Amino acid sequence: MLKKLAGAALVLGGVGAVAGWFLSAPVRLDAETLAQLGPGDAARGKRLFYAGGCTSCHSKPGSQGDARLQLVGGLELKTPFGIFVPPNISQDAKDGIGAWSVEDLANAMLKGVSPSGEHFYPAFPYASYARMKPADIADLYAFLKTLPAVAGKAPANSLGFPFNIRRGIGLWKRLYLNDQPVIAFADGTPEPVLAGRYLVEGPGHCGECHTPRDFTGGTTKSEWLAGATAAEGKGIVPNITSGEGGIGEWSQADIANYLETGFTPDFDSVGGAMVDVQRNMAELTPDDRAAIAAYLKAVPPHPNGYPARKPAN
Amino acid sequence: MRKLVIAISMLAFAGSAAFADPILDRQALMKDRGKIVGGLSKVVKGEEPFDAAAVLTQLQALQANAEKFDTDVETLFPAGSDTGDTTASPKIWEDMAGFKTAEQKYLADTKAAVAAAPADVDSLKAQFGTIASNCGTCHQSYRIKKG
Repeated sequence: MLKKLAGAALVLGGVGAVAGWFLSAPVRLDAETLAQLGPGDAARGKRLFYAGGCTSCHSKPGSQGDARLQLVGGLELKTPFGIFVPPNISQDAKDGIGAWSVEDLANAMLKGVSPSGEHFYPAFPYASYARMKPADIADLYAFLKTLPAVAGKAPANSLGFPFNIRRGIGLWKRLYLNDQPVIAFADGTPEPVLAGRYLVEGPGHCGECHTPRDFTGGTTKSEWLAGATAAEGKGIVPNITSGEGGIGEWSQADIANYLETGFTPDFDSVGGAMVDVQRNMAELTPDDRAAIAAYLKAVPPHPNGYPARKPAN
Repeated sequence: MRKLVIAISMLAFAGSAAFADPILDRQALMKDRGKIVGGLSKVVKGEEPFDAAAVLTQLQALQANAEKFDTDVETLFPAGSDTGDTTASPKIWEDMAGFKTAEQKYLADTKAAVAAAPADVDSLKAQFGTIASNCGTCHQSYRIKKG
C-alpha cells in the first residue's frame, strides 16, 4: 500500500513538474504584435523614455544632468525577495543592449523575456510596460539608440531561494502579466483620462510602487494606487487616489504642478525615490502631465494601502 | 521674594520645555520655509506681479530661515530624534556631514539670490530654480515618508 502511495505521489509529482515546466516557459510576442512595431521615431521615443523613468533605475545612483543618460546600471533595489541590480542598458554591444534588435526590446518590455529566452525578474516593471503600444516600443528603441555606449557590467542580483529560480517567474507571469488596462472606464470617458491611464498604467508604471503587493509580489488591483509600504527602501509610498489619506484635496492643476515643479499645494517638496520620477515628469509636455492628473482624479478612491503608523513612544 | 524667584524659574523652565522638542522646532522652520517659497512661486508663475522690494524681503526671509537652520542644525537634529512623529531619515545621522553640506549649499544659494537682488521676473525665475532644486535633492536622501 505504502509503496503504491509513494508510486502515485511520484507520478503525480512528476506530472506536476512536467506541467510546471510547460506552464513556466517564456512566451515571446507573436508575429502579429511584432508587425505593429513600425520604424520608430527617436523624438517621440524621448517622451516615452522619460515617461518610463528608465534612467531612474538604470543610471548610476546619484547621477545628475547628462550623466542620467549613461544607462550603466548598478543601483541596488533592496526588497524582501533579495537585492535586484538593474543592468547596463546603454548602447554598449557587450555590456549593454547595443546588440539588441527592436524585437528584442519589445520582448523584454512587453513579455519580460530576454534575447536568450530567459525570464526577467519583474523588478523590471514589464508587468506595467506590457500595456504599452508596440509602436511606442519602437520609438523608445530609436531614442535609446541615440544614447551613449558605456562599458561595464552591473553586479548580479542577489536573491534567496526560491526566488533565485528564474523559471518560476513563468508561473508568476501567468497570474500578473497581461496587456489589459487596470481601470475600466465607461464609454464617453474624456480623452485626457484615457491618455493619462495609458501613461500611468503603462510606461509610467506608477502602480509598481503606489499599489500594495500580495505575498507573491503581484500588485493588488483592488487597492490600485492606494499607497503601500515601500517594496524597496524604507517608509511608505503615498496613497495617490482620492480616498482617505490620499490626494483628494488636490485639484487636477495641483497634481500637474507637483509633477512639473516638485511642490505640493502647501509647498512641501517631493522626496525620496519620487524626486527622480518628478524630474522625469518635468520633461513631459503640459498636456501629458494634465492627462496623468485627470486620470488620478478619475480612479476609484481607496483608503491608505499601508498600515497606520504606530504612535510615537 | 524667594517664591517669586522660584515661580519665575519654573515659568522659564516650562517655557524652554515647550520649545525643547527638536522635531516640532524643525518642522516649524520647514513650514515657514514652505510658506515663503510658496509666496515666491506665485510671482515666478505670474500669478502675482513682480515687485522688486517685496521679492527681496521674501528672499531675505528665506535666507534668515536658512541661517537659523544652519546655526541650530545640531540642536534641531540631536542624536535619537529620528524616532517619533518625524519623517527625518536615519540617513541624516548616518551621514551628518553630507546632510550639513546639503543645507549649507541651500543657504549659499539663498544668500546669492539676496546679494543679486533680482530686478525682474526672469532673473527671479533663474534664482528660484536654483534655490528650489535643493528641496528635492535634500529630501531625496534625507527624508522618508511614514504612514
